[in-house]
Amino acid sequence: MILDSKIPDGPLAEKWDRHKFNVKLVNPANKRKYDIIVVGTGLAGASAAATLAELGYNVKAFCYQDSPRRAHSIAAQGGINAAKNYQNDGDSVFRLFYDTIKGGDYRAREANVYRLAQVSVNIIDQCVAQGVPFAREYGGLLANRSFGGAQVSRTFYARGQTGQQLLLGAYSALNRQIAYGKVKMYPRTEMLDLVMVDGKARGIITRHLVTGKIESHSAHAVILATGGYGNVFYLSTNAMGSNATAAWRAHKKGALFANPCFTQIHPTCIPVSGGYQSKLTLMSESLRNDGRVWVPKAVGDNRNPNDIPEDERDYFLERKYPSFGNLVPRDVASRNAKLACDEGRGVGTTKLAVYLDFADVIKRDGVNTVSQKYGNLFEMYEKITGENPYTQPMRIYPAVHYTMGGLWVDYNLMTTIPGLYATGECNFSDHGANRLGASALMQGLADGYFVIPYTIGDYLAQMPAARVETTHPAFKEAETAVRADVDRLLNINGSRTVDDFHKALGHIMWDYCGMARNAEGLQFAKQEIRKLREEFWKDVKIVGVNEELNVTLEKAARVADFLELGELMVDDALNRNESCGGHFREEYQTPENEALRDDENYTYVAAWEYTGANQPAVLHKEELKFENVKLTQRSYK
Amino acid sequence: MAGNNPNSKPMNLTLKIWRQKNFQSAGKMETYQVKDISPEMSFLEMMDVLNEDLLRQGIDPVAFDHDCREGICGMCSLYINGRAHGPERGTTTCQLHMRKFNDGDTITIEPWRAGPFPVLKDLCVDRSAMDRIQQAGGYISVNTGGVPDANEIPIPKAIADKAFDAATCIQCGACVAACKNGSAMLFVSAKVSQLAMLPQGKVERKTRVENMVAQMDKEGFGACTNIGSCAAECPVGISLENIAMLNREYINATFTSENV
Repeated sequence: MILDSKIPDGPLAEKWDRHKFNVKLVNPANKRKYDIIVVGTGLAGASAAATLAELGYNVKAFCYQDSPRRAHSIAAQGGINAAKNYQNDGDSVFRLFYDTIKGGDYRAREANVYRLAQVSVNIIDQCVAQGVPFAREYGGLLANRSFGGAQVSRTFYARGQTGQQLLLGAYSALNRQIAYGKVKMYPRTEMLDLVMVDGKARGIITRHLVTGKIESHSAHAVILATGGYGNVFYLSTNAMGSNATAAWRAHKKGALFANPCFTQIHPTCIPVSGGYQSKLTLMSESLRNDGRVWVPKAVGDNRNPNDIPEDERDYFLERKYPSFGNLVPRDVASRNAKLACDEGRGVGTTKLAVYLDFADVIKRDGVNTVSQKYGNLFEMYEKITGENPYTQPMRIYPAVHYTMGGLWVDYNLMTTIPGLYATGECNFSDHGANRLGASALMQGLADGYFVIPYTIGDYLAQMPAARVETTHPAFKEAETAVRADVDRLLNINGSRTVDDFHKALGHIMWDYCGMARNAEGLQFAKQEIRKLREEFWKDVKIVGVNEELNVTLEKAARVADFLELGELMVDDALNRNESCGGHFREEYQTPENEALRDDENYTYVAAWEYTGANQPAVLHKEELKFENVKLTQRSYK
Repeated sequence: MAGNNPNSKPMNLTLKIWRQKNFQSAGKMETYQVKDISPEMSFLEMMDVLNEDLLRQGIDPVAFDHDCREGICGMCSLYINGRAHGPERGTTTCQLHMRKFNDGDTITIEPWRAGPFPVLKDLCVDRSAMDRIQQAGGYISVNTGGVPDANEIPIPKAIADKAFDAATCIQCGACVAACKNGSAMLFVSAKVSQLAMLPQGKVERKTRVENMVAQMDKEGFGACTNIGSCAAECPVGISLENIAMLNREYINATFTSENV
C-alpha cells in the first residue's frame, strides 16, 4: 500500500486556496441527494454536522451521551489559538504554523499544519458570530493570553471554560439544523461497526444504549469525530465514556492507524489519591502563566510548603528553561516533573506531585485579579482535594490527556478507506509528537467548520447519488457480526469485572508505555497485554442482557478494543527508536535528558495496517518532507 | 490518600437507592451497605465501589448517568438526601466528595423527579426535552462562513461577563428537579438572556423567547412561582435575575411579536 497524502502542489501559503479551487463541487440542488453520517458531537463532529447540513446535505449525527452537548470537548479549559495578532506582538499565520510544527517535534505534516494556522482566524470570527462569550478587554475587544510553547499571546478564552463555550456554539448551530430537519440526531447511540460496500464506507451499525437495539444506517460518506484513546490508560483526563471503539473498528475494516504511541501526558493535573480513583482532573495550562512550578531542593523535605524558604526551593522549569520558564511545552514540563519525583523530591503523601504556586501573583496582582482569571479552577481544585490554593500551593502531577496519534488521513481528512473521514482528535494529522496547549479546540473546529465541508464535496461529486439500502447484504452481515460480538461477551460469564481488567491494562500502559519507555519494558508490556486480553475473553463478568440499559456491557465492548489498541501502541513505541515529543524512549536522550530525535531514520508517519486477530500489524511509512522549516533540536532554554 | 488529610478514616455507609428496571416498570427503594469508603473519594467513586460489589455478587449494578466527572458536562444527576446534586452548594454530584459525609450515615439516592424527565433505568432519566427547547430557538441563525471579523463587534466587558455567567449553564436539569413545580424557567432563561444581552443575539430575541417558551410549555414543565429553589440548587450558580430577564423578554415579545 502506498500512502498518498494528496498534498496539493505549490508554495505552502497557496496550497489550501489552490486546493479549494481545484476540488469538485456538488451543485446546491444536488446536495440534498447525499447523506452523511457524523459519529461524535464534540467540536469536530458538531461543527461538521451543522456546517454540512447548512450546505444542504442530509446529516445523521450520533453520540453516546444523552445530549450532543455533553461530548468531552466541553471540558477543555484554557483556550483556543488563532493567529489574529490582535495583540500586535508579532504573531502571524506562519508563526502559528512554525510553533505548532516545532511544538510537535517535527513529526507533523507541514501542509496540514499551515492550513490549520490559516483557518484559525476564521474560527474566532465564526464563534463570536454564534454568541460565544469570549473574554474581553474594557474597550470591548477580545482578550488574549499566552500558552505553552509560544512567545506571543494568541490564545482566546472564556474564563477556564473555553471548550464548554465553543462546544455550546457548535451545539447551537447543530440544534438549528436539527430544528430544520437537516440533521437527524441519535443520542445514547454507539457505533459498533463500519459497513463497506464495493470497498467504500457506506454506513455504520449502531447499538442504542437504552434499548440495546442494533441498527443499520446507510450514507454516502462517514465522518468519525470520536475523539482520542487516552482511556486506554484507564486513568486519564478523558470522560469516563470516551472510547476508541468507532475508530478501532474502522481500523479493523482497513483504515490505517497512525502514530498510536504519540500520547500527551499533561503536566498539570490533580495527583492520584487512591486505588479507587476513576479519573484525573486537569488544571488548565493557563495556570502556568502565573503559577510557578517547584519542588524542595532537598530530597525528603517534608515541611509544609509555606514553611520552606525561597532559597530552599527549586523552580526547576525556570532554572532549566529561562526563556520559556514555566511555559515550556507539555511534554517537557511533564518529563521534568517526573524527573524531580524520580529524584525523591516529590511532594504530598504519595511523593508523586510537584507544587504549582500562586503566592507571587497573589502578592503582585491581588486575590481579586487572580480569582477573575482562575476562580473556577481554584474552586474545582478545592472541591477535589479539600485544600485552598489561595493559601497553599497546588499539588500537581502529569496525567494522560490527549492522543496525537489516530486514524491516518490524507490532506482531505480521508482515511485509507474511501468515503471514511476522521476529524479532530480522532485523526493524527496536525500535532506531530506533541500537541501545544489551546490547539485541540483549534483543530477540532478547523476540521469541522472549514476543512471537511470543502473536501467531502470533492469525493461526493464523483460518486452517484443512488443510496444503498440497509437491506443490502453488507449491512445484514455487519449486523450479524455485531450481535455475535455482543453475545460472545454476554456468554463469558467469568469472575473478573470489566473495570478490573481496564485498571490492569491501565497499569501496564502507564508503567511501560507512559511518560518514559524503553525496549525491554515495551516487550514485557506486549506479553502482559496479550495475556490480559486472553484472560479477558475467558473470565470477564457481565450481568444482564443486551435488550436493556446495560452499562457493564457497554464498558466491556470498549475495554475489549482498548486491549487490542494498547498492544498496537506498544508496537509503535517499540518501532520508533528515537525520542520525540511525548514519545520518550529512555535509550535516546541528550546528556541533559532532552528528547533525542533521529531525523535520518524516523522522519515518517508510522501507519499500521490491521491483518487479523493476534496477527502482527503491518507498518506503512509516510515520509515527512520539511520544505519550509529547518529541523533542529527543540530548545526552550 | 491525598496529601491534605492523611488521618481521615474510612467510612461505612447505608445507601437507599431507587431501583427501576425500565420506563415501563414500577420502581422501589433498595438498601445496600458499602464499607471502607475513603473520605477522599468522589461520590460517584463511592457508587463505583458499590457497583463492583454488586457485580461480583451477580446483581445488576445501579445505572446512573455520568461522564466527564469534572463538573462540566452536566450528565450526572443524582438526588441525594432530598437535594439535587447533594448537600454541597454549587457542586455537581461528580464533584461532591465523601468527606462531606460521616461514618455510619444513611444516604438516600433518587433520580431527578419531574414529569418531563421519565426514568429510563434506576437513576438515569431522559432529559431530551431540554434539547428540544434549545432546538426551538437557542441559537443565533448564522451559517458557517461569511461572518464579520471578531473584533468588529465590540461588546462592553460587563455585558460579555454577564452573558458568560448565563452561558455557563450545564443543562443538568437540577433546577427542574429542585422545583416543586418542575419548572424549567432557570434553564430556559439562561440561554434566552445570554443571547438577548449580546448584540449578535438581539436580531432574533423576540422569536427566540417566544419559541423557546412555547416548547417549554409543550414539554410539560411547570410554571414558575418565584420560590428560587432552582438557583439555590444550581451547581454552577445561574442567577434568578435571568428569570426576571426572561419574563421581560417574553412580555416585550408578546406585545410586539414578530411571529406572524
